Amino acid sequence: MQLTGGQMVCESLLREGVEVMFGLPGGAILPLYQTFPEYPQLKHILVRHEQGAGHAADGYARASGKVGVCIATSGPGATNLVTALATAMMDSVSIVAITGQVPRAAIGRDAFQETDSTGITLPITKHNYLVMHASELPRVFKEAFHIARTGRPGPVLIDIPRDVLTERAEFEYPDSVKLRGYKPTLEGHGQMIKRASRLIRESQRPLILAGHGVVISGAFGELHELAEKAQIPVITTLLGISSFREDHVLSLGMPGMHGMAFNNHAINQADLLVAVGMRFDDRVTGRLSAFAPHAKVIHVDIDPAEVGKNVRVEVPIVGDARHVLRALVREVEPATHAEWLKQIDQLRDEHPSHKVPESDKLLPQYIIHELSEVTGGEAVLVTGVGQHQMWTAQHYTFRRPNSWITSGGLGTMGFEVPAAMGAQIARPGETVWSIAGDGGFQMTMSELATIVENEVPVKFAIINNNFLGAVRQLQDLFFNGVRVAVGYTGNPDFVKLAEAYGIWAVRVTEKAHVRQAIKDAMAHPGPAIIDFRVEPEENVYPHIPAGESVAEMLEGPTAEERIWQR
Amino acid sequence: MAEVSEHTISALVEDLPGVLTRVTGMFRRRGFNISSLAVGHSEVPSLSRMTFVVQGDEGVVEQVTKQLYKLIDVVRVSDISQEHMVSRELALVKVKASQASRAEIIQLVDIFRANIIDVASDLMIIEVTGAEDKIDSLIELLRPFGLREMMRTGRVAMARGATATGGRPVSAAATAESAPDVEAVP
Repeated sequence: MQLTGGQMVCESLLREGVEVMFGLPGGAILPLYQTFPEYPQLKHILVRHEQGAGHAADGYARASGKVGVCIATSGPGATNLVTALATAMMDSVSIVAITGQVPRAAIGRDAFQETDSTGITLPITKHNYLVMHASELPRVFKEAFHIARTGRPGPVLIDIPRDVLTERAEFEYPDSVKLRGYKPTLEGHGQMIKRASRLIRESQRPLILAGHGVVISGAFGELHELAEKAQIPVITTLLGISSFREDHVLSLGMPGMHGMAFNNHAINQADLLVAVGMRFDDRVTGRLSAFAPHAKVIHVDIDPAEVGKNVRVEVPIVGDARHVLRALVREVEPATHAEWLKQIDQLRDEHPSHKVPESDKLLPQYIIHELSEVTGGEAVLVTGVGQHQMWTAQHYTFRRPNSWITSGGLGTMGFEVPAAMGAQIARPGETVWSIAGDGGFQMTMSELATIVENEVPVKFAIINNNFLGAVRQLQDLFFNGVRVAVGYTGNPDFVKLAEAYGIWAVRVTEKAHVRQAIKDAMAHPGPAIIDFRVEPEENVYPHIPAGESVAEMLEGPTAEERIWQR
Repeated sequence: MAEVSEHTISALVEDLPGVLTRVTGMFRRRGFNISSLAVGHSEVPSLSRMTFVVQGDEGVVEQVTKQLYKLIDVVRVSDISQEHMVSRELALVKVKASQASRAEIIQLVDIFRANIIDVASDLMIIEVTGAEDKIDSLIELLRPFGLREMMRTGRVAMARGATATGGRPVSAAATAESAPDVEAVP
């Protein structure tokens, strides 16, 4: 059948199972928007800024396991998507971004709202397309969705000139893709699986490092089985959080710069690391030469380029985490590692940095701990980057698979507002908490309007310390306390701000009111905001200085030192 | 430190707009050093072949190869410096050639099996093909006469014998229509 380019886009989206799109129109993309009334099955969420559309699609994709879709116009519309695409690229999130482009004849002539969108997004997309003929649209969409969701997922951008959207051509959606340069490996190599299970059998002090790949592939059951069968403790990287329930006796929490001190020590003593779907990021390893000095490494990843990129690997296994773990579970022999587990327990006692410090002040750690208690560790938590993110990662006890959404690799402030909106839209019946910093919240709080318009019942906990806290912490610890450009003295009254949007809100300044405020926010049917006025000078500990090793780890003030600080 | 050496990497890529930008952009942002790059059509009309010369240790070359593979438009990559290969570069050299020096230059051109492809009253353009070191030596010998302009193509290379560049045997049916060896790329 003959369709316009705009109709082809909609037909393609329907065939890919798209239900929700986040976007903001403009001249070049308008022919697509004008076809939306013909396709009421495609729900469009009108955002206030394209970055919000990108992050919302990201949160939606992570929460649903589907491909998130965002739409922007040419020029500034496309450039506003850049931060969101880079975020999704770093964290392997499947997004298809559709951007309008100036008409074909105007390309390269510096036309109004023209920008080289495919050029700009080249390094921050898994792949991108500039579609010069409407007849190419079905193939391009088929490929784009396939590339976005398979292998190591990532964002794909499709740039469509305005006159391609109005051009008519024959529409026939392909059944399959033909990409001779793209064939992700799913199954691990049999020989490597055997070698891995032999290493596991020989190991006295093994650890599993579970990353985002476990969550993306949905290998929750397989990870659980492997850990229990061979009695291997599980460390979850920042993005691996919620791949393994944290109330499990084998769960050791997060490693690295702000990870649990005891598990960083455990990594230092381990003789084997079974790394699954993680990439030995510098925030995990610190100085590479001092990282896990006694450990052999089994590295499972779907992206061959990650294997051997940062650390030396004894057994490389390229494949999907779920497939490989399933094969490993079959192959490994039951073990107990009682001595090792006892050793780790001792480390846990000696390095109690995972505990909420005793204090009468309103500490952020306490708020997260209370939130964890009230929600039973079963809410979906979304954060941006910074202190609030680390405290949430440390002090919330995640009990449900894929219940943690955060900007890890890129570390994007402001992610927490639109991403929480996207996550809530993907999982309408569930409790979604956005833990926000007062800095990040103000970067994207314009999406509160979108949240109100679409009745998205996200609960916001603003960890408000009137600082760019993570930066203030760096200045205090490593720049002799010289504070430059970190004080937020002009913050708005967030409760009044919420009122302006018609959102329920409350301010909490006392420790004693935390629990009730959380309960009230959750009892409220719509969106809610709690402005937690926390102790402004609180730091995140432990803290391994960037590029250093566990030996340089700062574990934070002791209970006595805290009393002196008052 | 692992040993740094020169590697010749051959990549078969989709002949699409922007593919060169994708490849060179990846090299730039990952800090890989290319000392030479040549691009041209391959035996399959829809595919181009790129030859890179990269400096680095084994780890660097492994990353270059893997990162190239990650690009959707890259179909096959191989480090052919490990295999028996032939490599050639072509250079065009415009050199000053007066009445007095012309005979000497022609002699050099003969020794190097190069060609004179243009002659003006006081200039010649010489075309030379071969390995880089051969071209280097001819250029050094011509330099005293006065080099006016020079253009080198960068290395193109191919594995010897029945293996296609990339390690798979060339199928007799590897024509534009079927190209089975390329379709079967991992």
